[in-house]
This record gives sequence, structure tokens and C-alpha cells, in this order.
Amino acid sequence: MPEKIVVAMSGGVDSSTTAALLKEQGYEVVGLSMQLWDYSRRESTANDSEEEELKKAGTCCSIDDIYDARRVARFLNLPFYVVNFEKAFEQEVVRPFVESYLSGETPIPCVRCNTFMKFDHLLKRAEQIGASKLATGHYARVRFNEATERYELLRGRDTGKDQSYFLFEMTQAQLSRTLFPLGGYPKTEVRRIAERYGLPVFEKPDSQEICFIPNRDYTRFVENYVARQNEEDESSCVHAAPSTATARAGEIVSRDGAVLGIHGGIHQFTVGQRKGLGVAVGEPLYVIQTEPATHRVVVGKSADLLKRELIATKLNWISIEGLARPIHVAAQIRSRHEAAPAVVRNHASGAVHVEFETPQRAITPGQAVVFYDGELVVGGGWIKESL
Amino acid sequence: MRRIYLDNNATTRVAPEVLEAMLPCYQEAYGNASSVHAFGQEAKGLLDSARQQVALLLGAEPNEIVFTSGGTESDNLAIRGVVEASPRPRKHVITSRIEHHAVLHACQSLEKSGIKVTYLAVDKDGRVDPDDLRRAISPETLLITVMHSNNEIGTTQPAQEIGHIAREHDVYFHTDAVQAAGKVPLDVDDLGADLLSISGHKFHAPKGVGALYVRKGTRLRPLFLGGAHERNRRAGTENVPQIVGLGAAAQLVADGLDERMRAVGKLRDYFEQQACQRIAEVKLNGSQTFRIVNTSNLRFENAESEGLVINLDLLGVACSTGSACASGSIEPSHVLLALGLPIEKAFSSVRFSLSRYTTREEIDAVLEILPGVVDRCRQAAPKALSRA
Repeated sequence: MPEKIVVAMSGGVDSSTTAALLKEQGYEVVGLSMQLWDYSRRESTANDSEEEELKKAGTCCSIDDIYDARRVARFLNLPFYVVNFEKAFEQEVVRPFVESYLSGETPIPCVRCNTFMKFDHLLKRAEQIGASKLATGHYARVRFNEATERYELLRGRDTGKDQSYFLFEMTQAQLSRTLFPLGGYPKTEVRRIAERYGLPVFEKPDSQEICFIPNRDYTRFVENYVARQNEEDESSCVHAAPSTATARAGEIVSRDGAVLGIHGGIHQFTVGQRKGLGVAVGEPLYVIQTEPATHRVVVGKSADLLKRELIATKLNWISIEGLARPIHVAAQIRSRHEAAPAVVRNHASGAVHVEFETPQRAITPGQAVVFYDGELVVGGGWIKESL
Repeated sequence: MRRIYLDNNATTRVAPEVLEAMLPCYQEAYGNASSVHAFGQEAKGLLDSARQQVALLLGAEPNEIVFTSGGTESDNLAIRGVVEASPRPRKHVITSRIEHHAVLHACQSLEKSGIKVTYLAVDKDGRVDPDDLRRAISPETLLITVMHSNNEIGTTQPAQEIGHIAREHDVYFHTDAVQAAGKVPLDVDDLGADLLSISGHKFHAPKGVGALYVRKGTRLRPLFLGGAHERNRRAGTENVPQIVGLGAAAQLVADGLDERMRAVGKLRDYFEQQACQRIAEVKLNGSQTFRIVNTSNLRFENAESEGLVINLDLLGVACSTGSACASGSIEPSHVLLALGLPIEKAFSSVRFSLSRYTTREEIDAVLEILPGVVDRCRQAAPKALSRA
């Protein structure tokens, strides 16, 4: 019997092509789509009319993408199922995302989604149905290094599409059961392959946004989420649910502490932000830092955004077992940042100190910092603060 | 691959006798039952026979049967129809927490227009306590709607007693008997039901047809307007072929019902007994005693039902869990949660539902496959489950 592989199908070009390639290679492919979020909640407000309420009650899923995934699976004649991870997604991705925003950080939920949804829950589901591996359409590569006896994660060949940054939390166990069949292809080639197979989604545009906030209004999402959470906490008898703190107003201050204005909550600000400060001074002002303890937002000049050092926590190492001595790496501080030379050394327990050769712009707490050695992912962590 | 169908509470295969009865309606007896001419009269005749067949199944009079598009419409027509037609300003409806969504959502929609709805709790077997019902009744109460048998766990309610209580208090009693029809003998007078819903495709008629029993004298406001069809209670040209199918199925299942269902029950019990013997930590959800004979809702501790159902389907065995949402994924079951099961146990439960066509050989084949599948799912259980 051929080896059974589960493909995580999102209805997009990449995962559809992944499924087609594996099927052609003779694997027994099973398609799974994850139901992660009740999209009817997206624009929920307290003022909705009854009609709108009813409309929402009737919709429960991001049906369009799942419809596409199902269509592709049918086209490829694959068994296909939708698995429901809504509850886990809410607890392990959305809630931490909101909490991170409320504490003044700028989170990237996609890393946690990979770590917890795809390579934990979905991988478990794959094992449950007897699959040896889980394949996704990520642009990254996995290989086993005989010398170190470790699984290694590498950037995708198409550096413009590379997604290894979002995968830095993967463990050895997860990597050993993962396939990234697109890792060696440029995106243009993937579209060509999709077209050659006649996949019904070959022209579908790439998704860019955070999937559960397609309108990109993160501020409003965070506020709605908190409002709904408070309502639910009041109406249900569930005790001691970790309640998300309500957004609080605070001061906008200059670096020397002068109060320049008032803001509606630090979740509305991200380091490097220029627009929406509501403060008019002679030269352009940028958010330099948010201070969760005092609810202050510190603003300054463009040059004030340049920093050379950062502290990162919650580390995960991939090509090495751990950090024995300081290492030279190329460190990437955002998904669209060009990795820059830096030295990583142990700081306190469970934290590292990263020092760049040259200052980097807008080092942002809540984002990941990923360490590369060439195209190899050495490891990474979460930015706690810049220094 | 050989496929085995154990999801008969979702829908059933159309019986060959039923299909045979329907076929002439498409190209020969295709008249509009409201027409004057011979074509119309022929259709009208078929309609009348079907009405008689359905009435016989329920112990009703033919003129108390309203044909609908299925169980959902029947439930909506019963609940909204009675409430909206009520001449008296009574504003209270009583139902249970484990009703089908057709009933629950209809009740929720009533709440938005100012009707008070009481959702009765159920015990761990899934049964309503008649004393709770008595306590919930007030002079305001207009309607009690409690299902006869539950679709997920098969538990049957003390329907007769509920009907009796309703009668005592001069309150309408509607029962959703969608899962009961064809599996247990039904008699609207014994049950004391004023309204009773059935759905054809649950007992070997095709999808898209059902009926509502409406006791003579019950005031009912129609959902659809546009004609005097079905004695002014359901406008729209009658779907003669489907209705003929419903009638044929009603007759089919009424014939030797007790004997046939004893056989199905024996097979179900054999399945459960063997499953418990071959697999550790299997529990029954719902009532052992009070349940329809074809349904087995089993809980495989520490195994996720989503994995079980997908795995079984890949091996050719169709069964289910919870109710499906629009994307086709599995939602947490409100029924299992109402029994007091914690969410992870609700997510370890699988429903197997048999029919008159299920064979011992098929059950044996499933029993061969099942232990390995459960084992695999338990080995790959997430931490939260294995801790529970």
C-alpha cells in the first residue's frame, strides 16, 4: 500500500498544488481543511439589527475557501474532510493575539497558528487517520543532517516567498513528520504547475492578511473581541476565565516625558507607526515604544527608531540543540525584514541578547526574531524589548 | 472498497418499493392535483392514497395530515403556526434543550418577537422530567414542543405523560417524531399529541418530503401563502411524486414494524456488546432502556471523534458525530453537552445508526475494523484529552 500523507488544504494555489504533486508522486493523499474561525463574528457589534443577527446565526464558517479546497480535492479525486479547531484556535491563537496587542506588543498570529494548529492539532489528526506525514504548501525546506542527527529547516528556494520565518517554533518531532513539497519551487513555477494540472484555483490571488481579520482593522477587532468577551463573562456562569483586560486610555509623550496628547489604548499603536497619532509637531513623529505599565506611548523622530540590540525569550532551536556559546547569525526581526548580521548570546535563563552589527529600524516587541546561518534556520525567539 | 452505511439517522436509502411507486408520477401521472382534467384527477387520487397511508402510520385521520417539504418545515409550521394563530394572548412556549435545531431555532426566533420560551433540562440519559414540565407550565403557556426520540442518542421521551400533562392544562402538544416514525409504533391519540412532525427520508422515502399531523380543530397559521392547497395550511403545488414516495414508505415501515425493529434492535445490541468486549473504555451515551432500537451513541474515552469518523470513512464505514455545520466540519453537540458531558467527552462520541437493511455481516466487518481505529486515535490523542 502506498504511504498515506495528509495535505493541509486551504483552498489556495499553494496547498492545492502540494496535493496535486504528492498525488502524482504516487502517495495516498488525504486532504484536510481546518475550520478555525467563525467568520460571522467578524463585524459583530452591539448595534446590529435583528436581521443582521439572523444572517450571522445562519453562517458559521469561511465557507468560500473550504468550498475551494473541497472542489480541488474532488478534482484530484482525493478523500477530503473538514476538521474543526475553532475552540483551539480561539484559545491558542486569537486570545494570545489580543492579549499581546493589549499589552502594547505587535503580535504575529501566523507563527502560533503553525506551531499549534497545523503542526500540533492537524498533525495529530493525521496520525489518528494513519498518515505517516503532514504536507503543507509552505515555501520552506526540511532535511535531515546525518552528522548532527537533527532535522533542519531551510528557507524556501524562492526567497521572495520564503516562509521559514513563520515556522521557527517547529520541533524536531514535528519536522520529522513534515513535508514542504513547494520548498524547491519559485512561486511562478507553482502557478504554472497548478495551471498544467488544470487546478480550478490556479488564478486565485495570494492571501496577505491575517486570516481572521481580512479587513485589516486590527484595532477594531481587538476592541470588539474584548467587548464580546466581557459580555460572555457576564452572561455565563463560568468562573475564573482569564479575562482580557479592557483597553485603557493613556498619554502620548515625547522621549523626554513631555505630554503631547491622549490616546485611546496602546493596542492602537505599533512601533514605527507614523499615522494616526493625532499629534501635530513640526517634524514627522513616530511611535518609538509603548509602555504597558504606564499606558504611555512614546513618540520621537525617525532616527530614534534605530536600535542595535534586543532581548528575545521563548526560544526554539532547530539546527543546534541549544546555545552553548555566542554565535554569529543573520537575524530577521519581521517577516519582511532582510536578515542582518548579529551576535546572539545567552542572557538570563530562557532569554538571549541579540546585538546587530548596524542599527535596525523599528525592532518591535511581539514579533519573532529568527536566526539564520545562510539559508539554514538556526532557531528563533520572541522579541521582548529593544535596547 | 466495500462501503457500510451506519448513518441512518442522518438519512436512509430509498426503498426499492418506494422508488417503484414514485416512478409513474414523473412521466405518466404527472398532472397537477388541483386540475380539473383526468391528469389532475389521477394525481389527486395518488395524493389521497398517500394521505391515507401516512394517516394509518400515525393513527390519524387523513384530513389531519399536511404534507410538507420535510421535518424542518413541519417543525416550523407547527411551532410558528400555532403561536401566530393563537387568538388568546398566551405568550409562553416550553421545549427541551436537546431538540433538533429546527425546533430550537424556531423557538429562538419566537423569543425575538416577545414570546417567552422555557428550555427544559434533561437528565444524564437525556430525558425530560415530567415534574419539571408541570412546574414550568403557567396560565400563559400555549405550546409544549418536546421531541419523541432524539436524533443523536436515540433517547425517547415520556411523550405519553407529556401529552397527558398538556391535556390537563389545556396546552397544545407538538412532538418532533422525525426519528421515531418507522422505528416505533406511533399513535397520535395515545401520545396525546396535537401536532406531530415526520420526515420521509428518515424512513426510506426520498429527501424533501414530510408531513405534519394537525389535530382537528387546531388553529394553525400557514408559513406559505398562495393557494388553498392542503386545506389552506400549505400553499404550493403538491409534490406528488415525493408524497407518493412518503405514502409508500409509510406503508412499508408499518408492515411488520414490531418484528422488524426487534431484529434491528438485536443487531444493535450485538454491536454494542461486541464493541464493549473488544475495546476498552467504551461508554453508552443516553438511555440504555428508553431509546429507539437502531441508534447507538458510543463514547470512546480518550479518542477524538473527528479522527474516528474520518478514519472509519477512509475504511468504508459511514457513521457520524454531532451535527454538521455548513463547511462540513463537526460542531460540538448540544445534546451531549445537555446530558452533562464535559466537552472532551462529547468530542469522543460517535453515533452509529442502523436500518432494516443493515446486516450482521456488515456489523461484523465494522467490529473487525473498529478496535484498531480507536487504538490509533487514542495513541495520537492531544494532551488535553489524555489528561482528562
